[in-house]
Amino acid sequence: MSHDQNLAIFRGRLKFSSNVSKIWGVLILLSIVTTVEVVLGIIKPRALTHSFFLGMKVLNWIFIILTLVKAYYIAWDFMHLRDEKSALRRTIVWTPVFLISYLIFILLFEADYVFNTIHDGFVAWDF
Amino acid sequence: MDATVTTDTGESVWGGGKEPLGASYGKMMIWFFIVSDALTFSGFLVSYGFARFKFMDLWPIADEVFTHVPFFHGNYPMYFVAFMTFILIMSSVTMVLAVDAGHKMKQSKVVFYMLLTIIGGLIFIGSQAWEWATFIKGDFGALETKGGRLLQFVDAETGQRAALADFALDLKEDRVRHESNAGLWYEREKAPTSYSLNEVLEGFKANPNILIRTEVLNGEGEKTLLDRGESLDKIKEATQVVEGANLIHNEYGTPMFADFFFFITGFHGFHVFTGIMINIIIFFNAILGTYEKRGHYEMVEKVGLYWHFVDLVWVFVFTFFYLV
Repeated sequence: MSHDQNLAIFRGRLKFSSNVSKIWGVLILLSIVTTVEVVLGIIKPRALTHSFFLGMKVLNWIFIILTLVKAYYIAWDFMHLRDEKSALRRTIVWTPVFLISYLIFILLFEADYVFNTIHDGFVAWDF
Repeated sequence: MDATVTTDTGESVWGGGKEPLGASYGKMMIWFFIVSDALTFSGFLVSYGFARFKFMDLWPIADEVFTHVPFFHGNYPMYFVAFMTFILIMSSVTMVLAVDAGHKMKQSKVVFYMLLTIIGGLIFIGSQAWEWATFIKGDFGALETKGGRLLQFVDAETGQRAALADFALDLKEDRVRHESNAGLWYEREKAPTSYSLNEVLEGFKANPNILIRTEVLNGEGEKTLLDRGESLDKIKEATQVVEGANLIHNEYGTPMFADFFFFITGFHGFHVFTGIMINIIIFFNAILGTYEKRGHYEMVEKVGLYWHFVDLVWVFVFTFFYLV
């Protein structure tokens, strides 16, 4: 935070008067997102658990997207990446994003293959 | 790009004293650490994903595993872990407020907010310990088959889960504990379960209202319930009683679930513990006026980054263990 603090979130649509009020604003946002997650997790609406996108329940996609939203605001406002130079921010964010995406891709495909082998193959597992 | 272009300054950049990317050495290093630690946690979480995709049709349902709230009886999935999440986010907020107060050189405010952060961390780690204890102690008990599959019990009348104590018979079996002087071969025994396999089997046969629930998920995403005939057939495969969870046996489902639960939440809990220790050091340094003398509170900011990172990881653990 060696520079002036950027006090706007939502691409400038919501501006705060001070850093402290921005912190409370982000807390309210994170609490709302968490509440939505918990409520959806308790009700589990049938429309969302029985529809699929790319082989995964729509409800699970919603949870993952809301998690990334929370992660964004924690990193940008609590860890004040918003106020860092863009080169530092990109180094910190894109390196793990690239590596983790690759890890997810390769391990989940392999796991799906193992699942099919157990499920359709001649391996007894339920005895 | 303003951060990396150094050619237009017209002065030598080789003499040191320049801060590339506008961040001090210490701040760069804590970010290096956080990125590498994030990759470690990703390794854990993605291998959890691997295990889960591998056992896609028989993974335990988190809502049925974590159902307890301290001081309350009954079935309340999600509420306790939502409380823990909120506590951790709250302590993150007090940490940012401490960093903010540090930038304004307000010593007493830094001390106050650091104290709140430490208390938040202690509440979280206490809740985590309670969650572990409840998970290890177990809920209903189950039988394990030779193939390592779990058989759980359901009361046919109510449709609710049945605990072993609800139907197992007390056969007054005097179990002789195997001791090293009694035979040529000695294997250390596990702690005995509250009912023997025989007592559970006899109780099951005597009680026609009890049905077996297997691990396999049906089309509705619920565990498969066998009828009485199938149940009587299935229970012959049972080889032992399982109560609670450890790294080898797990009454809630596949042992992999318990293994990943212990390793991932344990590794995260260890980070929270370390964070609390570092926060306490910073708290006392702030009281002693170390940072007043130094002229800046950057140390609070660096420790804050670590504390927020712990919060960030929990957001992902929360999603992948309790929601998805």
